[in-house]
Amino acid sequence: MAAKMTTHAKAQPAAKKAPAKKVVGQSAGKSSKVAGPRGANSMRTGPDDRGFFGMFGGRFVAETLMPLILELEKAYDDARADPKFAAEIAYLNTHYSGRPSPLYYADRLTKHLGGAKIYFKRDELNHTGSHKINNCLGQILLARRMGKTRIIAETGAGQHGVAVATVCAKYGMPCEIYMGATDVERQSPNVARMKLLGAKVNPVTSGAGTLKDAMNEALRDWVTNVRDTYYLIGTAAGPHPYPAMVRDFQSIIGDEVREQMLAAEGRLPDTLVACIGGGSNAIGLFHPFLDDKSVSIYGVEAGGHGLDVPNGHAASMNGGKPGVLHGNRTYLLQDDDGQILEGHSISAGLDYPGVGPEHSWLKDTGRVKYVYATDKEALHALQVCTQQEGIIPALEPAHALAYILKLAPKLPKSNLLVMNLCGRGDKDLFTVAKALGMTI
Amino acid sequence: MTTERIDRRFAELKAKGRAALVTFVTAGDPDYETSKQILLGLPAAGADIIELGMPFSDPMADGPAIQLASQRALKAGQNMKKTLELVRTFRAKDTVTPLILMGYYNPIYVYPKERFLVDAKAAGVDGLIVVDVPPEADDELCVPAMELGLSFIRLATPTTDAKRLPVVLANTSGFVYYVSITGITGTAAPDVAAVHQQVKRIKASTTLPVAVGFGVKSPEQAKAIARGADGVVVGSALVDAIRDTVGPDGHGTAQTAPRVLGVVKSLARGLAAG
Repeated sequence: MAAKMTTHAKAQPAAKKAPAKKVVGQSAGKSSKVAGPRGANSMRTGPDDRGFFGMFGGRFVAETLMPLILELEKAYDDARADPKFAAEIAYLNTHYSGRPSPLYYADRLTKHLGGAKIYFKRDELNHTGSHKINNCLGQILLARRMGKTRIIAETGAGQHGVAVATVCAKYGMPCEIYMGATDVERQSPNVARMKLLGAKVNPVTSGAGTLKDAMNEALRDWVTNVRDTYYLIGTAAGPHPYPAMVRDFQSIIGDEVREQMLAAEGRLPDTLVACIGGGSNAIGLFHPFLDDKSVSIYGVEAGGHGLDVPNGHAASMNGGKPGVLHGNRTYLLQDDDGQILEGHSISAGLDYPGVGPEHSWLKDTGRVKYVYATDKEALHALQVCTQQEGIIPALEPAHALAYILKLAPKLPKSNLLVMNLCGRGDKDLFTVAKALGMTI
Repeated sequence: MTTERIDRRFAELKAKGRAALVTFVTAGDPDYETSKQILLGLPAAGADIIELGMPFSDPMADGPAIQLASQRALKAGQNMKKTLELVRTFRAKDTVTPLILMGYYNPIYVYPKERFLVDAKAAGVDGLIVVDVPPEADDELCVPAMELGLSFIRLATPTTDAKRLPVVLANTSGFVYYVSITGITGTAAPDVAAVHQQVKRIKASTTLPVAVGFGVKSPEQAKAIARGADGVVVGSALVDAIRDTVGPDGHGTAQTAPRVLGVVKSLARGLAAG
């Protein structure tokens, strides 16, 4: 503990000397390849030219898609070098999404746990109710720049599907959403929202009918309609450049936290916590802090019924091994023969057998500590948050909260902890009520 | 060098003036024993080159027919070790028919890949088609496979334009597999005239034979495609014959192998009549 404190003490003045260099709302316009303030040892320069973060990432797709993937990479490089693109995103973030989202001091929860000073990054207050809109606004603008006329997407919990349907409605573009039949059932409010927004929702019955199967079907659609269709991937995974691009669009979360924390406390946070499915909300919070050694970072995977239950969890990094799926090399839930497992989580948004490749790299380098919370722990945390703060979180960030219930009491009161509250819980009411034995 | 089997077969067929019938079935579909019966019967039924699918839980580039074939095989307990065992069994009986393993990267990657290449070569595999390893990742699998004498057969597609074609052809050996549609296996029917034009375009850049696949189902279609190509790949039609003859337990019945081999025979007759 003493050693850790020393590290903090050393790092904090340095952080003060270098105030946030970024302007809120402009992160999407910055090139991750530009060295800028990032030195030779920076952890923020990835991926390399072939899309790799260490051994993870890459472009593992069928030949039909390769020309388009290369075109997409070029289009994104052009877009982020264009100040007009950044300005358009910044405008929409402010006036359409309602950014910046507040950094809220959760005072009752802090007192309740008696340790670290807990802040919530309120990304559940964004238009559409989650962080997903950050990415969708960036990608729809890119799709328009590329002259694509049709949008497809996969969705698990439906949060990404709703955000895609929303931006497609705003820009008058036809949109088809692939959603596992199992998820269509357990996330029916979001299905209704997507339909109301004009999207065609295609229930996927192949495989087990969950998020990975929805992604397979979206890829099949893309391969068939590659010339006019843009695939709007919802998480920081898939073939390069998606992981880097989605991360860049989501990094506004961490950029804002940096600025807001400096304003509120005069220094950087000490601890960051976010839930991990594919990991887009987490990488958005983490990425701007990767080079700040004083900041401890935790990603919380879905432990489902427990890691010891075969195929009973969705913790790809804690309970899987590296493999290649959906265009990238990353940690995957799989059997000894390399067949992908379905996994399980009470949260449809975390129920994916893979994870974004940058997280796999951050795990192996040790920069981020990846832990997990079970279904039960997440349900309990959801209730604690609701009762202490009057905020009903989605089941996804409830996993991050569950870990905070364990972590915060062990930290000193001076420790500034930020959790990304990346989605609101309305969509989960039926699931939660059922799990708690309530009748609606 | 095992690539010789592929080269020799195409040379023989060229001398006879006919295109190769390339057949695809998934290893272990619908069960190991039935799959073995089908595989061993393929050369006599008229298959010139055999593509054997390595089952995968998430075949992103395949249509429902071949995804279900993978699911049947996996459910019946198929895995990579058994697939290689199937190849060894085949090779013990047939030393001339080229056999190519086709599938996705992950089961190879976790085998792990170095040992997979050695084991595949030892089992008598001639070449590999790995759908999700593009030329940009040649150092992953293609180059090590070539070093061991295994052909790495690349897919060229309607989206592979003139600029990209040399990249695709660079490390390809054995033959080039032209994907006749932008789409997944076993769905849309290809436009024969457009396919012939594309094959001509590819052949202007390579001396390798070009086989055409995806969406070829009937003997008439196969015959029409074969007029402008060195080979025709048929998969979903055979896999459908398996689906239609499995028993209630999902395993093969007495009809399964004869039905599949019957489809192959009629396709072969169609090509011979061309």
